[in-house]
Amino acid sequence: MNVSALARRLRKTVGDRHVLHRPDDLIVYEQDGIMVNKRPPDLVVLPATTQQVSDVVRIAREAGFPVVARGAGTGLTGGAIAERGGVLVALTRMTRVIEIDTASRTAHVEAGVVNAELTALLAPTGLFFAPDPGSQVAATIGGNIANNAGGPHCLAYGVTSNHVLGLEVVLADGTVVWMGGGAWDAPGYDLPGILSGSEGTLGIVTSAIVRLMVKREAVRTLLAVFDTMEAACEATSAVIAAGVVPEALEIIDGMAMRAVNATLQVGFPEDAEAALIVEVEGLEESMPVLVARLEEICGAHGARRIQTARTGGERLSLWKGRKHAGGALGKLGRHTIMLDLCVPRSRLVEMMQKVTAAGERWGVRIANFFHAGDGNLHPNLIFDFDPESEEFGRVVSTTEEVMRACVEMGGTITGEHGIGLEKREYLGWMYSETDLAAMRRVKSAFDPAGSLNPEKIFPMGRAVHTSAKSPPIADQSGETAWT
Amino acid sequence: MDLARRAVPGGAAGRSRSTAAMPTIPEVDRCVHCGLCLNQCPTYRVTRVETESPRGRIHLVRSMAEGRLSPSGSVAGHLYLCLGCRACETACPSGVEYGRIAESARDAIGPPGGLFSRAVLRVVLRHLMPHPGRLRLTARLIHFGQRTGLSQALSRLLPRSLRRGIELLPRIGALPGEPRAEVLPALGERRARVAFHTGCAMDLFFSDVNDATIRLLRRSGCEVHIPRGQVCCGALNMHNGELASARRMARRNIDAFPEGMDAVVTSAAGCGAALKEYGHLLAGDPAYRERAGSFSGRVRDATELLFAMSASPPTATPSTEQREAVVVTYSDPCHLAHGQGVRAEPRALLGAIPGVTVREMDPPDRCCGSAGIYNLLEPEMADEVLREKMEAVRATGAAVVVAPNPGCMIQLRYGAARYGVPVAVRHLMEMLDEARA
Repeated sequence: MNVSALARRLRKTVGDRHVLHRPDDLIVYEQDGIMVNKRPPDLVVLPATTQQVSDVVRIAREAGFPVVARGAGTGLTGGAIAERGGVLVALTRMTRVIEIDTASRTAHVEAGVVNAELTALLAPTGLFFAPDPGSQVAATIGGNIANNAGGPHCLAYGVTSNHVLGLEVVLADGTVVWMGGGAWDAPGYDLPGILSGSEGTLGIVTSAIVRLMVKREAVRTLLAVFDTMEAACEATSAVIAAGVVPEALEIIDGMAMRAVNATLQVGFPEDAEAALIVEVEGLEESMPVLVARLEEICGAHGARRIQTARTGGERLSLWKGRKHAGGALGKLGRHTIMLDLCVPRSRLVEMMQKVTAAGERWGVRIANFFHAGDGNLHPNLIFDFDPESEEFGRVVSTTEEVMRACVEMGGTITGEHGIGLEKREYLGWMYSETDLAAMRRVKSAFDPAGSLNPEKIFPMGRAVHTSAKSPPIADQSGETAWT
Repeated sequence: MDLARRAVPGGAAGRSRSTAAMPTIPEVDRCVHCGLCLNQCPTYRVTRVETESPRGRIHLVRSMAEGRLSPSGSVAGHLYLCLGCRACETACPSGVEYGRIAESARDAIGPPGGLFSRAVLRVVLRHLMPHPGRLRLTARLIHFGQRTGLSQALSRLLPRSLRRGIELLPRIGALPGEPRAEVLPALGERRARVAFHTGCAMDLFFSDVNDATIRLLRRSGCEVHIPRGQVCCGALNMHNGELASARRMARRNIDAFPEGMDAVVTSAAGCGAALKEYGHLLAGDPAYRERAGSFSGRVRDATELLFAMSASPPTATPSTEQREAVVVTYSDPCHLAHGQGVRAEPRALLGAIPGVTVREMDPPDRCCGSAGIYNLLEPEMADEVLREKMEAVRATGAAVVVAPNPGCMIQLRYGAARYGVPVAVRHLMEMLDEARA
């Protein structure tokens, strides 16, 4: 079946308006939050129900086209790029909140519900959905699950998979199944656990029952300003070593703070090299003790200024500054690549030194903001040349040097952004062939034909950014006028 | 079958009017594709499709500039389905000025719509908007039509979009009588000399709001100059692919306004945002570049100036609800909040009016769907966007919604009727003027 025939069949299922095929409609879906890889799909389909997703998967499979699921497209490893073409299933229209059960503290939501909108909706109940990735104002719950997203508060609350109880999933043959459910301990295999972070390679999540957490009575957020990155990292280790486990413990460096300062006034210093954002929660009575302890530790490690947010507004403003750091990188350069490493917390200082050294060696600017509390680093490589250029090799070399160092320290090459196509060639650094073969068998069990988000996650033996060389999108009509 | 060939509607040879290539717009390079703008975009919220989001539209512009995507009616449609509300600029961590990208991209495309509407728009933008005399004549015709019922009768013969335009038009209460004096002295001690930009639609449909603004300015100690040679600010031209005529209008205004004023004031948010853009608009014009920059630097929304000039800056006290108080909600005009970053001043002025309790809607700064002439060109989308706004207004239970911009006022009145929300629509200046009278 060719693309036109496939489009006709899909239109009958989801309606004319929800099958996109024009060059302009496809080109905007050629990349997600990643800047350097592109490939437009053959068709984009926007289903409204699980049944429609099931039909789309079945029809595409019969026609021999791969299927790639996508949420809001804020992912940072190219996981939602239809690298081999095929049908891109955007789940953004599935935005129903099916049920909120305040008594059992669960919510049943469709995959396209935006993370921050669920949290806003829950505000009056005193409950919240804990995963809070930097992209939460746009990212969907389905995308959070597919990437097993984290966020600053996963230090205390865990990553997305810790908050998923049940999943409604469309399998590779179009079958609709439930994995887990509304209860807290589902018997049998932990299939929701396997689906979390599988990046659409095992099935397409269309709705999820997620756990909700209760807001604590009191919260305090501190900003501690340091003159060196080293001091900030040491303060982090000291906080953890002292037995204080904050809800969030973030570091943001001088370059990133200055980029944020250009558009937002959140109280970040202009001249410091690093700052710590620490948040503690608990009973009101415990707050003064915890805050005093944090101030003491940060002070002992050379913090030049420590301030506690005085109002809820100030607190939100600090977090806005932190969460906008990634987006603010456009202030610093044309292109960015955000790495996502995890190292044992005891080696933070050492790892940051390696990051700086790699940037200097290859002449690539690096801005840092990261989840220091759980050792999850985000070096952001910033450059102005085209990803197609020779110079881009320096970026790849920096990336590889940093990741290699991380693995040697016992760390991982991705903490919360997933593997996608950007990290797949490095998976072999983490796992033996035997380990990878076990994972491949899981993939084969779910998707024997390999039609769901093909070639993602596993090493392909290719250059990392092959799809950076993007051809003009085909427009054989010769159309070159505005109407 | 060739998908791409089928894809482009109305693409038959000979019907094309513009084949101008998309220029490289440096601002595009600042977008890092993070997507944090998506959910703040009214048209994305309605459609959930990437092409109707700021990131998607920037990607279209970028792809065309790189020669990877050809211009088509479909691309033009995406670029014109944008309301131009600039909520994405508030959301953007990198501070991408999408409004400027849209202006340049639309300038390469030309005005929106099909052959007929483009021709009509060109005539309106080039030959009506820059001429105050012709605008006044048009107002007289509308006034006559409204009084005699002729306009309703006539509207049945018109295409749908124009018919809607006639429905939306507010009744013109009184025709402009004597032109205002060119210089009006301050009442009391003179503290500043300001020039007043009356706006075109503002002065035709809401001339009493302008009169109220002028009274307030004078009472605050401003000597108010109303330059005779001024013309429409050119906002509609800037936003609808007519930058050349917009530049001509900007030059005429710069020439008309006397130098040495403390401020150039307007009571229309849309006009203020456009006037503040003159420096950018004429950046490539060596003869006007500097004057345009200094002109834009002096532009103030009336709320900004009145707030700055108030003896003791008023502080809003929205939490203490008085028993007899009128509950008022404030709808941020996009081009005041997102375009000019003015949010606190109007709220402070409003909250300080005795007997007024301000209750915020959630969110107060999402577009109402007016967006210049957007509600005429894209009525279905405008209605969808308006629906969300009116539900937010309804939820406050307010008796009055305040929006200091003529386009918003027209749209909100239409919305109150269409969605059955019992709310009066007022301009902040009217309320302030009444409170002080």
